[in-house]
Amino acid sequence: MILHFATLLIFQLIGEVLSRTFLPILPGPVLGLALILIFFIGFPKAAAAIHPTATGLLAHLSLLFVPAGVGVVGHLDLISSAGPALIATLFGSTVLAIAVGALTFEGLAKWMGQPDE
Amino acid sequence: MSDVSLLWSYLSEEPLIWLTATLVAYLIGDAISKACNRNPLTNPVLIAVLLLAGVLYLTATPYQRYFEGAQFVHFLLGPATVALAVPLYANLVRVRKSLVPMMCALFAGSITAMGSALGIGWMLGLDRAMLLALAPKSATAPVAMGVSQSIGGSPTLTAVLVILTGIIGAITVTPLLNALRVKDWRARGFAVGVAAHGLGTARAFQVNETAGIFSGIGMGLNAILTALLAPLIVSLI
Repeated sequence: MILHFATLLIFQLIGEVLSRTFLPILPGPVLGLALILIFFIGFPKAAAAIHPTATGLLAHLSLLFVPAGVGVVGHLDLISSAGPALIATLFGSTVLAIAVGALTFEGLAKWMGQPDE
Repeated sequence: MSDVSLLWSYLSEEPLIWLTATLVAYLIGDAISKACNRNPLTNPVLIAVLLLAGVLYLTATPYQRYFEGAQFVHFLLGPATVALAVPLYANLVRVRKSLVPMMCALFAGSITAMGSALGIGWMLGLDRAMLLALAPKSATAPVAMGVSQSIGGSPTLTAVLVILTGIIGAITVTPLLNALRVKDWRARGFAVGVAAHGLGTARAFQVNETAGIFSGIGMGLNAILTALLAPLIVSLI
């Protein structure tokens, strides 16, 4: 388990270094995700070994957003000037983006005859 | 009484109490969410955040002190993002098979997220500074904050908008896509990952594993696309 957690951290670290040196537009963890995926394609056994640790971490992904969420409460004054108009914008835009994305995906998958197995 | 206040002043300075409070608040939120059959309105993050905000307010604890404890949880967001590669790898064949619908949904969802935020915000009279901070709101927080800074917005304001977007997405996705009769779990998950980043992905994993996997991919790809497209889209306003 420690080995597997260390592997995740090592790839995050490599991602962090690449992000600081070559690709500042992408954050370290996202680059780490891409790199570890390439690593898994080369060493499929590593993916199977890390599987329990990774699913354990992802099972409570929600928890990890709690500290940032509490931080938002302290900054609500930043948005209070725009209040209802801002909430309406966030709501409308998020709902539209989910609807457009999901309908595009499902519509094209059906049209191309690629239902999920 | 002074013993109690001495004990409190000691404990409240230590990271232990706020780390414990974060986990307990989440367990309460999760238990309520489970008891309500994962009804989207009972979002465990939202419940935990409101509980903790109440406790911090009542005990007059500054956020910085709270974060000294909570940072251990916050830190795990990085390795958890890397860990998204594991379910993604396990489903690589399925992902490859749906590459075309996925890429089209990515562009459609990402452009809608940015364009509609600017469009609706402009119609409702939001000022330019707010619009710039809004544009990257659907991308994961570190990307959105970086993009906001590079297009002249406020990164702190963007961080607040990103979290609010995630909570709105996590709450609305299930009733919205049920109403639209979208049954494909790949489509449902992917769309919420693109529009509502990690909080949407956390919700998707709660509902269905396939949705969770595709949501993680949607979040990762939209991080890249938002960074590339936001400067172009913002130059139109």
